[in-house]
Amino acid sequence: MLSDWQFIGLFMALAVVFPGVPIILSRLISPSKPNPIKQQTYECGVETVGDTWVQFKVQYYIFALIFVIFDIEAVFLFPIAAAFDQLALFAIIEVVIFVAILALGLAYAWRNGALEWI
Amino acid sequence: MTFNILEFLQSIVSLEVFDYLRDVWAGDMPAWLIEVILDVVGILSVSTFMLLVVLYLIWIERKVAARIQDRIGPNRVGGRFGLLQTVADALKLLTKEHITPAGADKVAFNLAPLIIVVAALLVWAVIPFAPGVIGTDLNIGVFYILAITSVSIVSLLLAGWGSNNKYALLGAFRAVAQLVSYEIPMVLALLVPIILASSMSMQTIVESQSVWNIIVVPTSALIFLTAAMAEMGRAPFDLIEAESEIIAGFHVEYSGMKFAMFMLAEFISAFFMAALFVTIYLGGWRGPGVAEFPLLGLLYFFIKTFAMFMVIVWVRATFPRVRIDQLLDFNWKFLVPLSLVLVLTVAIVEKALPVDLNVWVRALIHAAVNLLLLFGALELVRRYARKLRSVKLDEAGTPRDAAETHRPAATAQATD
Repeated sequence: MLSDWQFIGLFMALAVVFPGVPIILSRLISPSKPNPIKQQTYECGVETVGDTWVQFKVQYYIFALIFVIFDIEAVFLFPIAAAFDQLALFAIIEVVIFVAILALGLAYAWRNGALEWI
Repeated sequence: MTFNILEFLQSIVSLEVFDYLRDVWAGDMPAWLIEVILDVVGILSVSTFMLLVVLYLIWIERKVAARIQDRIGPNRVGGRFGLLQTVADALKLLTKEHITPAGADKVAFNLAPLIIVVAALLVWAVIPFAPGVIGTDLNIGVFYILAITSVSIVSLLLAGWGSNNKYALLGAFRAVAQLVSYEIPMVLALLVPIILASSMSMQTIVESQSVWNIIVVPTSALIFLTAAMAEMGRAPFDLIEAESEIIAGFHVEYSGMKFAMFMLAEFISAFFMAALFVTIYLGGWRGPGVAEFPLLGLLYFFIKTFAMFMVIVWVRATFPRVRIDQLLDFNWKFLVPLSLVLVLTVAIVEKALPVDLNVWVRALIHAAVNLLLLFGALELVRRYARKLRSVKLDEAGTPRDAAETHRPAATAQATD
């Protein structure tokens, strides 16, 4: 047997073929007649004004920050869940306290309006 | 052992064809070469099956959604039922020109469709199709799935950023906010079946479901289904490609086969989410008679998966799109707190129950606690909605204390 991760690596290498072949095939058989009008950025009627690569709205950043906190929390919870049958009740109480601290963080963000879409 | 066509066919029926071929080839080839060949065959057949099944998933979706919305759907190409419609569409897309917009980031633009399909295919490595039929039974299967599905977010961002189009960039922004947010309740909901099985391996989770998880923990199943629907970016959560607002979001500039790759990935991941739901909550390949005829397991798995896909199509065809503030509110103020409480409650209940309890009694206690939590949470939302509705309006039609009712926290911040 190949080891698990060798298998995943093999899968990854082969999976590239599936999107790759149709794209290259269609490159070969489809026409290619670029012209400046055709290559303009798609817009509804008028040309794009200003630079396309605008700044992120700060709200997205705040959600990303909250996400990072909770994602890390989830990563910590996974080993606990996987070893659940070997844990004592005391360990579960500890998990409850751990989650409660993070829930407090969510409550704080909520209270301060970080979860509002402005 | 020599090759015998009858034994070969028999081994296909009992799903031991790889073991059979391994025995046959044992003398002729080095062991590692046999393994590589068998793995390559397995990977290619699963991936090809996915590409082919997508042709009909699109057809099923169009036909079912059309019937739900009192339309007819495809009915010209390939007979009365339009059976070859998607094949014709795919062939047409194959001959369409690849347009790269001026000023696009070429590397990001071309890499995005590649990455999204690879990510959509890779997750199938750990789905158990039948007893013993699984790419590789990783001991961190669920974790692997979560890791790989997150890669598609990177692809959406690459596509939106590389297109040099404001609509595409808006779509990418939304994709990041939405997909990233809904990953939290999805992860937390998946923790519940992991706690019950005490394992992250997909095959173990299936085997441990002597009572289907959807009966044991219905609330977790519901949270997972909602979050998975949002992760797929399909209606009612299709803000990332909302046609009527930002045209097509991140893939507005894509044409021809590259556009087709995004559609392909969308349908593969929709089918995958159905398969994941089946594996984790609907008992996977479990069903009567699987122990004697393993091939039945494969049949049960696909029947359940297609039924789940129908449910996804049903939801998509029924509900209108939500607004982005509603979307994020629903996630952070309802799903996340509910799933946090759910994980802790299930953990405590599971630990408090005696180990040698009858499975059905255990399941019923879990189900009762779950439903209690769900309806409690819904009651809270109902009260909040009632409060919102009872706001008194002044002559101009605006709520008299709109600022306090709708945005208490925001107002408090503004006055600071």
